[in-house]
Amino acid sequence: MFTEIFSQYNWDEVKAGIYSKTARDVETALTATRRTLDDFAALISPAAAPYLEDMARLSHQLTLQRFGNTMQLYIPMYLSNECQNICTYCGFSLNNKIARKTLSTGEILQEINAIKAMGFDHLLLVTGEAQQVVGLDYFRKALSLVRPHFSNISMEVQPLDESAYRELIPLGLYGVLVYQETYHQEDYKLHHPKGRKSNFRYRLETPDRLGKAGVHKMGLGVLIGLEDWRTDSFFTALHLQYLEKTYWQTKYSISFPRLRPFSGGLAPKVEMNNRELVQLICAYRLLNQEIELSISTREEEAFRNHLVKLGVTAMSAGSKTNPGGYVVDRQSLEQFEISDERSAAEIAAMLQQQGYEAVWKDWDSSLT
Amino acid sequence: MQPLIIAGRQFQSRLFTGTGKFSSALLMEEALLASGSELVTVALKRVDMQHKTDDILTHLHHPHLHLLPNTSGVRTAKEAVYAAQLAREALETNWIKLEIHPDPRYLLPDPIETLLATEELARLGFVVLPYIHADPVLCKRLENAGTAAVMPLGSPIGSNKGLKTFDFLEIIIQQSKVPVIVDAGIGAPSHAAQAMEMGADAVLVNTAIAVAKDPVKMGLAFKLAVEAGRQAYESGLAAVSRQAMASSPLTAFLDEL
Repeated sequence: MFTEIFSQYNWDEVKAGIYSKTARDVETALTATRRTLDDFAALISPAAAPYLEDMARLSHQLTLQRFGNTMQLYIPMYLSNECQNICTYCGFSLNNKIARKTLSTGEILQEINAIKAMGFDHLLLVTGEAQQVVGLDYFRKALSLVRPHFSNISMEVQPLDESAYRELIPLGLYGVLVYQETYHQEDYKLHHPKGRKSNFRYRLETPDRLGKAGVHKMGLGVLIGLEDWRTDSFFTALHLQYLEKTYWQTKYSISFPRLRPFSGGLAPKVEMNNRELVQLICAYRLLNQEIELSISTREEEAFRNHLVKLGVTAMSAGSKTNPGGYVVDRQSLEQFEISDERSAAEIAAMLQQQGYEAVWKDWDSSLT
Repeated sequence: MQPLIIAGRQFQSRLFTGTGKFSSALLMEEALLASGSELVTVALKRVDMQHKTDDILTHLHHPHLHLLPNTSGVRTAKEAVYAAQLAREALETNWIKLEIHPDPRYLLPDPIETLLATEELARLGFVVLPYIHADPVLCKRLENAGTAAVMPLGSPIGSNKGLKTFDFLEIIIQQSKVPVIVDAGIGAPSHAAQAMEMGADAVLVNTAIAVAKDPVKMGLAFKLAVEAGRQAYESGLAAVSRQAMASSPLTAFLDEL
């Protein structure tokens, strides 16, 4: 289990290690043919900032070789914003006293039609955590509804037990995204004071349960802004490296959600600017040529256009972050504000203009 | 140049190609036409088999282009057999490029599942072209299982590293009763020519063409390299010899006796 490895690391020591990296360490990391976690630490350190152009060039080259001139497109479908957790940064937090909504069968079908009309074939199902309303029964039903219409289905919902994952995978579940939010245990407690999510360890062990259940893909990441992003990213990479060695048949992706404003929300404790996000994306690519790197519509239009060539391999487009947001109930409570509001067709055109092909289908439901 | 025959079908071109990683389906089509390739592999997971309007498939509608669906994405023999059956139905071909790489990182083939799937698919009447490690014994086992050809790798898929498995490819070519197609890792026309010179029956190239600055020109470059390599093989390469020795210290005594 990853918890055994995690317990051997100390947050403050890791952080001090990253901040003491020198230009020489960065140069060693840049010229290495196979990069280690220690190289990754150098590449995400402040010392690497002057080398950003070199990192970007390498990242572009490595990504092109592995993924070609393509970008995968996906879209989230929010099924429910009910949630029993209090999370200081999230619009769905229990203490946010706004009417809640969970899509019914008929409403899910309406949303499916709207999403299909945009051209999507890869779907991400999202919910808050409300075990009674949106539990295993609900997920079974939702998967049976969406499966006939989408080749590739992933979920970003509360962490589940291994047996639940084992049951859902044959029903068409390809991937599961579960972000640790932060690997800083004390801060994790502060940001998740109430609800099942306050159990740091259960969340930390989720990727192990997913791996044992044999999921095809899992997505990792932290919520950037809660804590020092460099240290959190180091732990994410440590987690990734363990998972890749242990569950070697699973594919992995990394996301980079930066804290976005919502009604009554929290301001980031640690800001990350655009240069730093580019640095982080490139550092992941230099560490791991094969990893999928995903960027959502949280990021702004112009910035996303440039990220296309810097190592990102998957993008969402035309997203709504509220249940029923596409047709059923456009005004329901959203999780966070979207920055890039362009339609899927506009994103595909932007990609084409840059010489990239939008990939709508890269899986077949017969394979799940 | 002798034509290549696999399962009774004759090919003038010994360059097989892939369809991934191109910046557009149109550019893919132009590059494949320039390459002269007659056998083009398509990942099942990338095409919409229900609709005949699929972007990739519509750009492959040329009388000389034969489709070779591949099973990329499957992790076991059972999944591969199922995928092959779907492909046969949807794309109306019993040819299948068997790819079982349960490791999504380096996409290296699983020899055990590949052998099991080949046995089953051959029994079901498929023309099986399995992607495998450059393992001479596995090749012989696949022959016994009824494979139509073998497709050993030169180096990991997409790595462009060339023929890292050279010595094993030589053994495979020497021993094989079925066509040997070097698949994966061919990053430059010179690699392709090298494989053909050593007697490979064909090569399969995708990444090196798709991500080139000018994929159409690169398609042509590979066409020429494959033809040059094959012509050289057929004409009999001159042996590489060391410099002649001026005297024969060990055997000169024979003249004196």
